[in-house]
Amino acid sequence: MNPVNYLYLAAVLFTIGAAGVLIRRNAIVVFMCVELMLNACNLAFVTFSRLHGNLDGQIIAFFTMVVAAAEVVIGLAIIVSVFRTRHSASVDDASLLKL
Amino acid sequence: MENLIGLLVAAPLLGAAVLLCGGRRLDRVDHWIGTLLAAVSFALGAVLFADLLGKDAGARTLTSHLFSWVPVGGFRADVAFRLDQLSMTFVLLITGVGTLIHLYSVGYMEHDERRRRFFGYLNLFLAAMLLLVLADNYLLLYVGWEGVGLASYLLIGFWQHKPSAATAAKKAFLVNRVGDMGLSIAIMLMFTTFGTFAFGPVLTHATDAGEGKLTAIGLMLLLAACGKSAQVPLQSWLGDAMEGPTPVSALIHAATMVTAGVYLITRSGAIFNAAPDAQTAVVTVGAVTLLFGAIVGCAKDDIKKALAGSTMSQIGYMILAAGLGPVGYVFAIMHLVTHGFFKAGLFLGAGSVMHGMNDEVDMRRYGGLRTYMPVTFVTFGLGYLAIIGFPGLSGFFSKDKIIEAAFAKGGTEGWILGGAALLGAAITAYYMTRVMILTFFGEKRWQPDADGNRPHPHESPRTMTIPMVVLAVGSVFAGGLFSINDTFLKWLEPVTGHAEGNSPLSAIEVTAATMVVLVLGVALAWAQYGRGPVPVTAPRGNALVRAARRDLLQDDFNHVVLVRGGEELTRGLVRADHSVVDGIVNGTAAAVGGLSSRMRRLQNGYARSYAVSMFGGAAVLIAATLLMRAV
Repeated sequence: MNPVNYLYLAAVLFTIGAAGVLIRRNAIVVFMCVELMLNACNLAFVTFSRLHGNLDGQIIAFFTMVVAAAEVVIGLAIIVSVFRTRHSASVDDASLLKL
Repeated sequence: MENLIGLLVAAPLLGAAVLLCGGRRLDRVDHWIGTLLAAVSFALGAVLFADLLGKDAGARTLTSHLFSWVPVGGFRADVAFRLDQLSMTFVLLITGVGTLIHLYSVGYMEHDERRRRFFGYLNLFLAAMLLLVLADNYLLLYVGWEGVGLASYLLIGFWQHKPSAATAAKKAFLVNRVGDMGLSIAIMLMFTTFGTFAFGPVLTHATDAGEGKLTAIGLMLLLAACGKSAQVPLQSWLGDAMEGPTPVSALIHAATMVTAGVYLITRSGAIFNAAPDAQTAVVTVGAVTLLFGAIVGCAKDDIKKALAGSTMSQIGYMILAAGLGPVGYVFAIMHLVTHGFFKAGLFLGAGSVMHGMNDEVDMRRYGGLRTYMPVTFVTFGLGYLAIIGFPGLSGFFSKDKIIEAAFAKGGTEGWILGGAALLGAAITAYYMTRVMILTFFGEKRWQPDADGNRPHPHESPRTMTIPMVVLAVGSVFAGGLFSINDTFLKWLEPVTGHAEGNSPLSAIEVTAATMVVLVLGVALAWAQYGRGPVPVTAPRGNALVRAARRDLLQDDFNHVVLVRGGEELTRGLVRADHSVVDGIVNGTAAAVGGLSSRMRRLQNGYARSYAVSMFGGAAVLIAATLLMRAV
């Protein structure tokens, strides 16, 4: 199968993720969409690795997974803490950071 | 001998310093200290005069260098004096008449509680005027010039508790400042043109400069002279200056202050000789002023203001003569000296009359005073005959020469100037006769003053009558003395130069014409005031009389054009400041503020909107990168 199709899939996944981040209000869903975007990137990296015939892309994919794991830990902690104080998981309710 | 010149100025200056700083312990002797130091100055002047007379006509110049005042690089301004025939004449007039006025003030100001200060100011006035005429360069002359302005301000406003006096002093000072600007600009122009402002180099090299520059300097000097000598258009202060004590008026009008302008023009003769346009301006100012002053003098009922109009007119004669160039310089100064005698005498006489009449100044309330004040009557009468140019008296010789010189200007201009001078002589005869008749002749029209005291006219004390007698003697004989063998002409000629005029009329014809207009003027005044009773309140009069009573609307003119104009200008400037200058500053601030508050709305706190910005930014960046690659 033509590897470029994986790139299309990655692009579609990324777009879905981005749209989810921008549109959804539930912090958990937004969070999952971020993960979706990260994984879309990983897919693209791996595809490029295959296309170019070297391992650079795959190595970076591992880095991404590590960063994503760390981000999940911190992100979930923030979401839980916000939910405890405000009894809401909506990102729009946490809008005090403004002038 | 040279060292005495400095002392000449120092004596009255010392008097001023002692009297103004001395405090109350001088209260018994202050008037005599002031008079003594003025007399010392006069004595020194007389000694120097004798010394000059002993020298050859060409070598009668003494210079005295005191110290370098402003030495900067190649530029030097010195405190140096120059005593030549011209300065000498002024020194004798200033100190002589000045001393007499001091003596008169001893009697006149006897009961004034601020007498000490008065004499201090008088001495200061003399010192400033002496500095003005003795300076060897224009910068030092300017110091004296400003000193005269200051002293006149202090003296005109001496009775400062009267608002009118305080206002008059301010007015004199402000109007003089306009003239002073002229002098300072003239000095700057001299410096850029000649690189110096010492009399010697400037006046000997005057012809080296272009005529345009000389005309500019000449016009600026004329402006200065107009301010100090109360010539049109800067004449408005002189009438109000009568608010000062009468001896001050005498001093301002006879010996100091108003003569400064004539001195300045005569001293700068070399500049004017090479700038015919400036000379034309000078004669125009002189001719206009001599008629202006004379007309104002006719309408005033206040004896001092009538005399003030007369001074303006007589100084106009001098400026006219000075503007005629070498033909007239000598006669300008000669008239100045004879005028110094008779005008000082007239003012002192007026002061004596006021002294006896409870300080009443309205001539319509005098009348018949000749038997009550015989000395004042005789001295005032002689001054009167001198000023109208009665044959044989001082004014006759000097004024006749000026009229002759005016005709000698030649052409239409000569006829106009000569005609104006003749007309002025007629009006002079008219208004002086009017003053004389209203004051000393006719029935008594005395009125009680504001407190209900009826006047008891009496002759003034000796200290007042003696100066009047001396001045009357001067008014009678000075002109004749100067004219016999052309003594004055020969004396002054080495400094001012002299040219014989080329008059279309012979001297006899001019004299005859002067006599005719003199008789006409006197006859008219007699017909109007001498024959019948004079109303105590002035009749309404025609439009010209009413205008002349208001100084020919000079104050109204100044008010409308200068004051109102100045106000409009400032208002316009304020408006421009508010709308343009402040508009730019405030507008920028408002624009920045408005923009910021709009941009602030972008910070709405919604994480999703920040995310949109991030995505948008990233999209733009990527698009740009791709685009660059494609190109």
